[in-house]
Parts: sequence; C-alpha cells; structure tokens
Amino acid sequence: MTVNVGPQHPSTHGVFRLRITFDGEEIVEVEPILGYLHRGSEKLAEERNYVQVVTLTDRMDYTSSMINNQAYCLAVEQLLGITPPKRGKYLRTLVAELQRIASHLIAVGFFIQELGAFGTPLMYSFRSRERILDLFEMLCGARVTVSYMRPGGVFADTPNDFWPALEAFLDDFAVEFEEMEHLLMENEILTARTRGVSPISPDLAINCSVSGPVLRASGVNWDWRKMSPYDAYDEMEFDIPIGRNGDNYDRFWVRMQEIKQSMRIVRQCIDIIEPGPVRIADLPLVLRPEVGVEAYGRVEASKGELAFYLVSDGGVAPYRCKVRAPSLINLTITEHLLVGWTLPDMIVSLGSVDINMGEVDR
Amino acid sequence: MNCQLASDSIFYQNALYRFIYDTAGTLVPCSFSHVIAGLTIMLMLVNSVLLGAALVTWLERRLLGRLHNRIGPNRWGPFGLLQPIADLVKLITKEDLVPSGADRIIFTAVPLVMMVPLVLMTAVIPFAQDTMLADLNIGVLFILAVSSATTIGIFMAGWSSNNRYALFGAARSVAVLISYEVPVVISLLGVVMISGSMSLNDIVHAQSIPFLLVQPIALFVFVTGMSAELNRTPFDIAEAESEIIAGYHTEYSGIKFALIFATETGAMLVVSAVIATLFLGGWTGPLEDFLGWFWFLLKTLAIIFVFIWVRATYPRLRLDQIMALSWKFLLPLSLINLAITAVEVFLLRDASGHLSLADLWIMAAINIPMAILLILLMGGLFQKKINSLPVRTETPMVPGVPTIEVK
Repeated sequence: MTVNVGPQHPSTHGVFRLRITFDGEEIVEVEPILGYLHRGSEKLAEERNYVQVVTLTDRMDYTSSMINNQAYCLAVEQLLGITPPKRGKYLRTLVAELQRIASHLIAVGFFIQELGAFGTPLMYSFRSRERILDLFEMLCGARVTVSYMRPGGVFADTPNDFWPALEAFLDDFAVEFEEMEHLLMENEILTARTRGVSPISPDLAINCSVSGPVLRASGVNWDWRKMSPYDAYDEMEFDIPIGRNGDNYDRFWVRMQEIKQSMRIVRQCIDIIEPGPVRIADLPLVLRPEVGVEAYGRVEASKGELAFYLVSDGGVAPYRCKVRAPSLINLTITEHLLVGWTLPDMIVSLGSVDINMGEVDR
Repeated sequence: MNCQLASDSIFYQNALYRFIYDTAGTLVPCSFSHVIAGLTIMLMLVNSVLLGAALVTWLERRLLGRLHNRIGPNRWGPFGLLQPIADLVKLITKEDLVPSGADRIIFTAVPLVMMVPLVLMTAVIPFAQDTMLADLNIGVLFILAVSSATTIGIFMAGWSSNNRYALFGAARSVAVLISYEVPVVISLLGVVMISGSMSLNDIVHAQSIPFLLVQPIALFVFVTGMSAELNRTPFDIAEAESEIIAGYHTEYSGIKFALIFATETGAMLVVSAVIATLFLGGWTGPLEDFLGWFWFLLKTLAIIFVFIWVRATYPRLRLDQIMALSWKFLLPLSLINLAITAVEVFLLRDASGHLSLADLWIMAAINIPMAILLILLMGGLFQKKINSLPVRTETPMVPGVPTIEVK
C-alpha cells in the first residue's frame, strides 16, 4: 500500500513529502520528494550586496537564524580577510549558543510530541524558547528572523537590560531544564519507544556525510566547534556528548546534553566578555572583495555542519553563493533510517533527525 | 386513574421510574404511565450523555490547557463554558463532505453506529440511589458487549472513507479491541464474584467498602484496558495525530465529525461512570438518599480527571507494545487476580454465599499488598523484554576531544 506522507501532514516538519510503500505497517520503500519550499535563496543572494544577503540566511533554517548569520558572516570575512573585534566574537558565540538551545528545544519538544505526548513537553520547551526569543528581541528587535550579525561583527551592542535578563533566563532555565530532563529521560514509554529504534552505524553516518547531533549520536565525536574553532570557541570549555547505538534515544539524548553544554558556553561568555567595539568600524557600506576570491565559511549549526561557499567577481554581490545545508544532507540516511521500521517509528525517526524544510529546500 | 406501580413489577426497585410512574399515574391511564416513565428517563439519559460529552470536551481542553501552561478556551461564557456550543455551531455550518470514492451509505451511518451503543450503555448505570433506566440482571455483560460495538463503527469509518490513514486507524483499533477485551472481561469477573450479581445496582449495594480497595488489580486492568478501548493516551494509536492525521475519522467534517467527537468524549464519560459504579461505590456516600447523584458525579469526574491527566503526561505506545502489554502483562495479571479472588470468596463466604464487611476488609488487606507486589514484579519482567539493546560497534574517535557518553 503506497501512502503519501506529506506535504500536508502534522509531523513532517513543514512541507516534506515521503512516498512510502507499506507492507501492513512496515515500510518497504521510501521515496522522499523535496522542493515544496524552494525560494531560490542561493540565486537571490547573487542579486543582493554582501550585507543584504544576511537577511536571506535568516529564512533558511528559521529555527536557528543566528547560526546561519554566523556561518555567512564568517564566509564573507574570509573573503575580505578581516576578523571582528573581540566583543563582537563573544557576542556571536553567545547568541549562537542561545540559538542552539532554542533550536534543540524545538527539536526535543517535537520529538516527544511525535512520540504521542500531547503537547505538554512541547509547551514546556516552548516556554523556555520564548524567553530566548525575548532576549533576541532585546538585541535586535526581531525574534525569529534576526539578522543580528554583520560581516565584521554584530550590528549593535547589547542594551543595558540585556545582561540581567540573560542571567535571569539562565537561572530559570537551569531549573526548567532539570525538570524536563527529570520528566523525560527515564520515562518508561519514551525509552521503550526509542531505544534501539532506527540505529545508524558510525560507518554509515560518515559515508552518508551526516553531521551534527545525528552523527554524534552514532558515536563519532566530531564537532566543528572543536575541530576548527571559529569566533570565540577556542577559548570555551565544553564537552561533546556522543551516543552509543545511533538510535532515536541517543539522538534525543545528545540534543539534551548539548543544551547543557551550550548553557556552559553562554556562562563562560558572560564571564569573559569585556566592553569594546562590536563591529569593525571602518568597513565600507558596500563590501567589495577582490576578483576571483573564494571562501568557505563553516560552523557547527544546531542541525549539523552549515557552510556557505562564496565566490567573488569583484562586484557588490557574490558571484555564487552555495549553501551546504545540514538538514538536506542529513536526509541522505532517510532510507537506512526508515526501511524495515513501522509507521509510528518512521515519524519519530524523522523527528530525531530534526530537519527544517526552510533549509532543505532553500 | 390513580394507579401505583405494583411491588412485584421489575421496575419497582427503580426509584426514579417509580416516582415518574406514580406521578403520571394520577393523570393518565396506567398503561400510558409506563410509556411516559420510560421515555422520560430515556430522554434524560440521551440528553445528559450529549450535554455531558460537550462539557467533558470543555473540561478536557481546559484542564489540558492548565497542564500545558496555557489558559485554554475562555472566550465564550464564564470560564469558556459555552465553547462546546460555539464549536457545535461552527461544525453544523460547515460543509458536510463525503469524499469521492467513499461508500456513501456506510460513511454516513458511522456517527449513528458509534453513538447508539454509547447511549445504550447508560441504560444500566445507576446514577442515584436505585435509579436507572433498566436494572438488567446481566448489567456487566451488557456494558461489555455494547461498549465493544463502537469499534464496528470505527472499522466502518476506516473502510468506507477511501483514505489510507483512516484504514490504518481502523485496523489498529480492531486489533487493540480484540486483545484488550479479554483482560477487561476477566478483571470484571472478580467484582462479579464478590458481589454475587451482574446487576450494576446490586454491585453498588454490595460495596460496603469500595471495590477499589478489594479489587485493586481489577481496577488497574480495567482502567488500562478501557483507556485502550477508548483510544485514550497512551493507547491512542487509532487516531494518533502525529502518525496518521486523525485516524479513522480523517475524512469526517461538519456535523458528522461533531457526532464522532461527541461519541469519543461521551464514551469517556460513560466508561468513567461505569468505573465509578463498579469500583468506587457509585452513588454511595454520606446522605446517599438525597445526594447519591452528587457522589456519583463526583466519582465520575475524578476518573475523567485521571484520563485527562494521563493524556497530558504520557507518550504513545507502539502497536506491538500495546499488544504485548495486553497479552503478556494484563492478561496474566487479571488471571492471577481471578484465581486469588475465587479462593478468597470460596473461603470467606457464609452459608448463603454472602460476604460480610469484615470479609471484605480481610480481602482488601490481602489484595492491596498483593497488587503492589504483582504489578512491580511483572512490570519488571515485562520491562526487561522491551529494553534489550543492540551491542555497540567500535567507532572511529577523534583523539584529544573531551566527550561524554550516553549511559
């Protein structure tokens, strides 16, 4: 029996479509169909100048726009051969980690929602995410499509009431997160539903070029924040959580642990940060890199390795802007993940990969 | 015309029926009095089920809202109490769609097929002292038989909708019903043995202490089994929203959907009433002569609260796990309970086959520790089978990176 799951389905994280052939409830064939949310971001980037493109990156993975900004800005900075001032670096690291918390909260919340817990974990994680978005609103006036970062730093320094609000959030969130962890991690039904389901071996994960929490859940300790530190990550102390079986539980567990590590990094940023400029002062309004320069800006986004490949022809806009979207590339394992498992496991496995259609289709 | 209900009538024990019959008897011929009394109670039951279902939807949404850190519906009427009516008006005014390729007759019949057994179930439930439509001497059997009939409606919906998600839901629902009916029936046998009757009113009379204490395992199995039959979390696979959209009622819209939805919440109401009757002592309580209905309602609401609470708390089980839970856990549990109860009743009953209050307390003292022990023991055994993990393969590790590993 062939069933079209999506593009309008409550659990496909947007307009993802899977044409699945079932034998009873077991999946025998999977065909993912992409492109329902294609907006041509890469082409649009060729029509905008280097600063304007930042707004396009917001709309790719709209659950972690800060990290998208960061990846793009790193690429442009490589093109121009500049580095942002210290405070700018710390601010970027700080907001990127906050964004990672927010993004993982969505991933975890929807993961449990797809397991069938009606709303409660989702609302709990959204309660905390809401606070992070409020912090972003203080920084730049926007909550989701932030465009906070610029090539050469961030566009504005923090307002005075940001730091106390951040401290208050961290204190509250530590308690809220502990509560969530206490409720979820040892839940009998959750472990019964997720342990040993859809395991991905490390070899397969590496061969499929999977990255991010999905790769780490398979037991590979690969994280670009450690492998080639960017911004202020070389000064930060944090651990990389890795899974053992690469099953749904491990992917969920890795995300929960990464939230904790992100909180550690945010606290370190608060301790280290000093007053100073947040952006290189003498940058021209319209950036013009030299002819024929190429750059590859790469970050560890919340969903995996996010990279922007930029080519300059000396003009005001990039000649080519290629995005390595982690959500899209993590979908390579779809078939290994789903075939042989049942319909309820399929939904949960897809949720555990944590795709974002804005980024998959761009 | 002044006719009184004869004391040898089968309706004589029924207080409300007798009252209406006697009142009507002063106005119309005696033969009409039966019609009036029967129809009045029927009308009351049908309307209270429908209105009750509407209020339960409000209660559920409101409580879920609070459990979710939200407010819940609060726009229409005080505390949003009129929300169900607003919903109903909306649903009535919507287009009544029948999908192309659907079996129109069966598709249309489904809301009726699902609603009728629900209303039938209320006929035997005593909702105040000695007050019900019919004091059937096979009440428990009637409840079990009729409650299963709802599943026929579910399967009809899944089959006739011409929708694959609906078919998934229907197939799952039937599978769950078949496996959960067995432990549910067996769990109720203990109650029937202790009270010595299948009439729900007699069972209430027999509860000098609530059977909650005397039959804790039966209550556990019955509540679990019934939440599976009602498609409640954690067994709501028949309409698992995140998996199969809305399950068997995916294609229903407008007033048909309203009826199906009302049936679902109404079923929860009625089953809660049955649980309150069988295990919590029904209408018994202080001042039961006047306040029987109040105690009954209070106990029913308590059970409904538990159902809603569970819905807000637990994730969903998978079909195979639900089956395993029924056959490997609940069925042995209910069989053991049956055996224990049978031995206890055999040893404790007096010459006429009755159990005194002291006997019930003795049974409670044995059964409660037994229940805790058995559920923990068998739960541990059952858990081991579920959590068997594959062995970890060797992974290529990048040296010099601080890592923490999953337990």
